[in-house]
Amino acid sequence: MPATIATDNPFTADEQRTLLALVGAVIPASAEFGTPGADDPAIAADILATARPYHAAVASALSQIESTAATRYDAAYTDLDAATRATIASDLSRSRFAGVGTLVTITAQCYYRDDRVMRSLGMVPRSPYPDGFEVPRGDWSLLEPVRQRGRIYKEV
Amino acid sequence: MTDPVDVLIVGAGASGAAVAWSLAETRMRIVCLEQGDWMNPTEYPSAGRDWEARAFSDMSISPNRRKRETDYPVNDANSPISVANFNAVGGSTILYAGHFPRFHPSDFRVRTLDGVADDWPIDYRTLEPYYAENDRMMGVSGLAGDPAYPPKASVMPPVPLGRAGTAIAKGFNELGWHWWPSDTAIATETYDGRDKCINLGACSSGCAQGAKASTDITYWPHAVRAGVEVRTRCRVREITTNGNGMASGVVYFDRDGVERFQPAEVVIVACNGVGTPRLLLNSTSGRFPDGIANTSGLVGKNLMFHPYASIQGIFDEPLDGYRGPGVCIWSQEFYETDPSRGFVRGYTYEINRGRGPVATALTGMFSGRIPFGEGHHEAYRQLFSRIAGMVGICEDLPEEHNTVTLDPELTDGHGIPAPKIDYTLSENSRRMLDHAVARATEVLTAAGAKDVITEAPIGVGGWHLMGTARMGTDPERSVVNDWGRSHDVKNLFIVDGSIFVTSAGVNPTRTIQALALYIADSMKKRLADLFD
Repeated sequence: MPATIATDNPFTADEQRTLLALVGAVIPASAEFGTPGADDPAIAADILATARPYHAAVASALSQIESTAATRYDAAYTDLDAATRATIASDLSRSRFAGVGTLVTITAQCYYRDDRVMRSLGMVPRSPYPDGFEVPRGDWSLLEPVRQRGRIYKEV
Repeated sequence: MTDPVDVLIVGAGASGAAVAWSLAETRMRIVCLEQGDWMNPTEYPSAGRDWEARAFSDMSISPNRRKRETDYPVNDANSPISVANFNAVGGSTILYAGHFPRFHPSDFRVRTLDGVADDWPIDYRTLEPYYAENDRMMGVSGLAGDPAYPPKASVMPPVPLGRAGTAIAKGFNELGWHWWPSDTAIATETYDGRDKCINLGACSSGCAQGAKASTDITYWPHAVRAGVEVRTRCRVREITTNGNGMASGVVYFDRDGVERFQPAEVVIVACNGVGTPRLLLNSTSGRFPDGIANTSGLVGKNLMFHPYASIQGIFDEPLDGYRGPGVCIWSQEFYETDPSRGFVRGYTYEINRGRGPVATALTGMFSGRIPFGEGHHEAYRQLFSRIAGMVGICEDLPEEHNTVTLDPELTDGHGIPAPKIDYTLSENSRRMLDHAVARATEVLTAAGAKDVITEAPIGVGGWHLMGTARMGTDPERSVVNDWGRSHDVKNLFIVDGSIFVTSAGVNPTRTIQALALYIADSMKKRLADLFD
């Protein structure tokens, strides 16, 4: 896990450490698919920057996570193994703790726009515009049974 | 005070644009005040790598999340469905999906047919020529011959069926149920200066290509060329009246925050089913202590959303995913009333093509189908480009206890009271939603889905805002007459979805615009005695 990330943000060093531990547990790196974890430095920096406007909610979630770790395991969240960290995050997300939902959303937003991740999914890492995409026109003869059935609207 | 104008339109969205364009041929001096900006399509999310994330921030459908300077807050804490809108030239057409059905003949006669709500004072035949005119102005794509509708022409070929549309169409065929290519406000060919759709997949965050028919690129360029003036960043606080009880103009805040009075011979309100009652209720005077045009007491009452059910299937094979317009086909198998179903009226299925990589992750993680931690990536790949389904758009019947009022505390950036929503989902709607979920699950299963994810109602799905200044012939039971003029104030007109008597079970924009054109035409035919 990287020790430091961007400093131009409102998160304290402790909050950053907890956040990194959390996002890396939620979306870990995968050797099988050749993808980084969400705690990859570039992705984590993106997460922190994106989370800036939501600092209060995210900081509240991080505090809750540390509190849960202390209550359940008498340990700092960052000292827990990855599986336990993921379980705590999942539990708090299921309990609809608002800040955790915000943080998970931001994590997914930043992770799934990373070039390496998009390539691993078979996507070209680019914006949709201006090139757009191809979609097959389809076979409109599928409509034949609908035509044969005839009118279904109510005339008044 | 600024120079008087002949016609003042408040709001530059779907209906304001249509009425402005239609009235422009009169050569009257017409000004439109819009609280938002002209949008720059090159700055829409699909032009950037963060296109999905921006749907959660500055291009969110929720004004409370978006919080642009041009937005006003909405207190919808007392509603299971929150309000969606957008404030700009083009209004909510900037963010709509472009799903563009018409009402049906039966939708205007629900009291006669089903003994509920009220009949409209006009009918399908009245609006038919205005639907056609609006189709030409907006540029509608579709396929003629839909057996769920009276005959209607199509301007352009339909959007592609794609893999998702094909799979789900086969599911409908398996069950012998209706489906048809959706009418869409999306250009599939170059049309009226707009380029054709290139399947960006982000229609609901603004169309950078300009293929989707938002009114800033359809009606407004024509209206402006014909002499209509649009003033942006102008937020109207109230409509004023003179000693004769006629509207004398409006008080508004200009882009510098300066309070101004704009006198006008005619005032047309086009602020949607929440913004319009907010403005009317905020326009009090000695003659109208409960708000202008509110002698009936019905301004702000009978708020209708369309309760939405979301039913999404997970398929084995890759479908369209993030590619293509979100809309493709519809089904109106369950549109007309069938008493055996346990509810009156019905709904439309709007089939959704797929979703992007971020939305896939969030759908999976928040529904428990993608685990946190170990197994995340493998589970994700079981969903990516493999989700497709539909939403059920349920007809919402008018009930007076569903209201828009003025919040006693919350205000916008200019200190104008914000709208407060009080809304309860009816038992009829609940049963309809349940039916929509059950039948769609059958369709998706027949189409090959191995799992189904549902949500009903969609909590953030208050896209359609209707009924809060209803039209009718009885001044005690309606706010405007059968051509949009206030019963109380004879130079005040309303042209947006607030004048709907009932909501039908379809997206309302095409009907809102047809109504605006019809009202404009009614005004033009009566110019000599407009206020009699």
